[in-house]
Amino acid sequence: MSRLLVSILVALLASVPLWLTDFYYLHVLIVTGIFIVAAMSLNLLLGYTGQLSLGHVAFFGIGAYTSALVSLGFEVHILPDVTVGMAPKPVWFAMLCATAVAGLTGYAIGKLSFRVRGAYFVIVSISFAEVVRLVALNWVELTQGPMALNNIPALTLGFDGFELSFLRKPAFYLLVLTMLVVCYVIIARLVNSRAGRAMIALRENESLAMSVGIDVTRYLVVATVVSAAMAGMAGALYTHYIRIVDPDIFLFIYTVTMVIMVVTGGKGTLAGPIVGGVIFGIVPEVLRGMEIRPEVQWIAYGVLMVLVVYFLPRGIVPAIESYMSSRRRAPKGEAVAVAPEAPQQ
Amino acid sequence: MLELRDLVCRYGKVTAVKGISLKVERGQLVALIGTNGAGKTTTLKAVSGLLQPAGGSIVFDGVDITRASARKILSLGIAHCPEGRHVFPYMTVEENLEMGCYLRMDKQEIAGDFDRMFEQFPRLAERRQQQAGTLSGGEQQMLAIARALMSRPKLILFDEPSLGLAPNIVERTFDIITGIRDAGTTVLMVEQNALAALEMCDHAYLLESGALALSGSGRELVGNPHVRSAYLAG
Repeated sequence: MSRLLVSILVALLASVPLWLTDFYYLHVLIVTGIFIVAAMSLNLLLGYTGQLSLGHVAFFGIGAYTSALVSLGFEVHILPDVTVGMAPKPVWFAMLCATAVAGLTGYAIGKLSFRVRGAYFVIVSISFAEVVRLVALNWVELTQGPMALNNIPALTLGFDGFELSFLRKPAFYLLVLTMLVVCYVIIARLVNSRAGRAMIALRENESLAMSVGIDVTRYLVVATVVSAAMAGMAGALYTHYIRIVDPDIFLFIYTVTMVIMVVTGGKGTLAGPIVGGVIFGIVPEVLRGMEIRPEVQWIAYGVLMVLVVYFLPRGIVPAIESYMSSRRRAPKGEAVAVAPEAPQQ
Repeated sequence: MLELRDLVCRYGKVTAVKGISLKVERGQLVALIGTNGAGKTTTLKAVSGLLQPAGGSIVFDGVDITRASARKILSLGIAHCPEGRHVFPYMTVEENLEMGCYLRMDKQEIAGDFDRMFEQFPRLAERRQQQAGTLSGGEQQMLAIARALMSRPKLILFDEPSLGLAPNIVERTFDIITGIRDAGTTVLMVEQNALAALEMCDHAYLLESGALALSGSGRELVGNPHVRSAYLAG
C-alpha cells in the first residue's frame, strides 16, 4: 500500500471523533484499538519468529497492574518489619513503568524459556500466565485480589497552565490511535531490519538460520522483549481507560482472542493483526446490536472463525495479497506461484 | 587446514560418531562416503558447530573450534551447505543470498559477489524476486550453494549435494563443486553416490557405523575390493 493511502486512512480514522457522536461506538473502537496493539505485539512473536506464546495476556496484565499500582501508589509488608511502598506517581510515568516492567518480564521469560521450543514453549507460556493470574488473585495486600484495584486515575498531560485530559472518550480514542500508529511503525522498522531478517530466517528454518551465523536465541529474546513491552503498554492503556483492574484480565480467553486476531488476519504480515483485530473486535458488537439471542451470537462468531481459517488458511491479508499479485501476473501468462511446503526438519 | 582428532558425537545415549580422525588439506576436495547412519552428516554438523561433540577435537587453521558456536565457526571461514537443499522458502532468491552474507559488513564487496553469483547461476538471476520455495529442486540446490558461497568461505561443507536431484542436475552440481575447488576453496563433501564422489575427489574417507574404515585417494578407494563390492555394486 502506498504511503499516501495509509496517510489518508490514518487521517480518516483520526477524524472519527468529529462525526461519530455515539460514545458506545467510540468505546467499541477504543477497546478494539487496544486489542489490536496487543495482537500486533503477539504477531511479532507468533508471526515473525514462529513462537506461539499462549501466555501473552500475562504481559498485557502485568502492564495493566503495574500502571495501576504506580499511579495509585502501594504499600506491602514483605517481612514482618520490612515495608515496601510507593507514593502515587503521574499516569504517564506509570505507563512507562508498565512498558518497562513488561519488557523486563519478557526478557526473563525469553531467557528462561527459549531453551525449549515448540510445544514446550507453549506450555511454559501458558503456565507463566496462570501463575501471574494466581499471584494477582491471592496477593491481596498488593492487588486487592478479586476486590480489584479501582479508582485508577485517567491520563492527564499537564504543561504550564495547560492541561490535556484523556478522561473523555474522543481524546482517549486519539491516544489509542496514536499508540497504534507508533507501535505499527516500530514493528515495521524492526521486521524490515537485519534483526527482522534474522527472526524470519529462524522461523523458516532454525538450523539453517544457525548455519548462516544467526544468533538464534538472541533474536528470540529481542523479539520477546519488544513484544512484551508493547503488550504491557496496551495493558496500561486499558487500565487507564476502564479504570478498574482485576485478576480476570489474565483470563486465557484474552490470549485466545489475540491469537485469533493474528491468525485470521494473517500472521507474519504487518496489516494482519489490524484486519483481524477490526473484524473480531467489532463483529461481536455488531452481532449484539442485531438483537439476537446471545447463544446465536456466539455461534455466528464461531462459524465465521471456522470459515476464515478453512478457506483462508494463511489469513485474510496474505489471501488478498496473493489474489492481487496473481491478477497482476496473469496477463503476462506466467503460472501462479504455488505456496511452498512448510520446511521440514 | 581442518583436522579432526578422535571426534565422538552422541545423540542422547546413541553414539553416532565413535572416534574419527581425519585431515582436509588446503585446496583439496575431500569426500566422506558411507552408508546411511555411518555418521557422515553428524561429522559435518560437528565441524560447523550445529552439534556439540562429546569428545575429541576439531582444529581449523590452527584454531580449536571443538566447542565454538556456529556463528564463530562461520566467521572463521567454514560454510555449511546442509542436506536436503535447505532454503528459506518464503524469502526471495535475493533475500536467501543476503542471508548467506549475514555476518559480512563489507557492503561494496557484497554487491560484487551478488553480481558474480548471478553470473555463475543465470537461472537464479532470472528468478531473483521469486520465493525460494517455488523454485525447482535443482534451482534450490544452486541457491543453497550460492548462499553458502556468499559468506566467502575458506572451507565449504556439502552434505549430500546430489540427494533427490535429476541425473543431469546431479552432474551439473558436481561440476559446480569441482569448480569451487578449482577456484581455490577447500571442499569437504558427504556423498552417498560413492562412485561419482570418488572420481571427483582428491582424497576420500570411508565411514562405517561411526568409525573410519578406509582412507586414500579416490582412485585407491575405487580400486579397493571391499569398496567395490559394498559401495560400487560389483
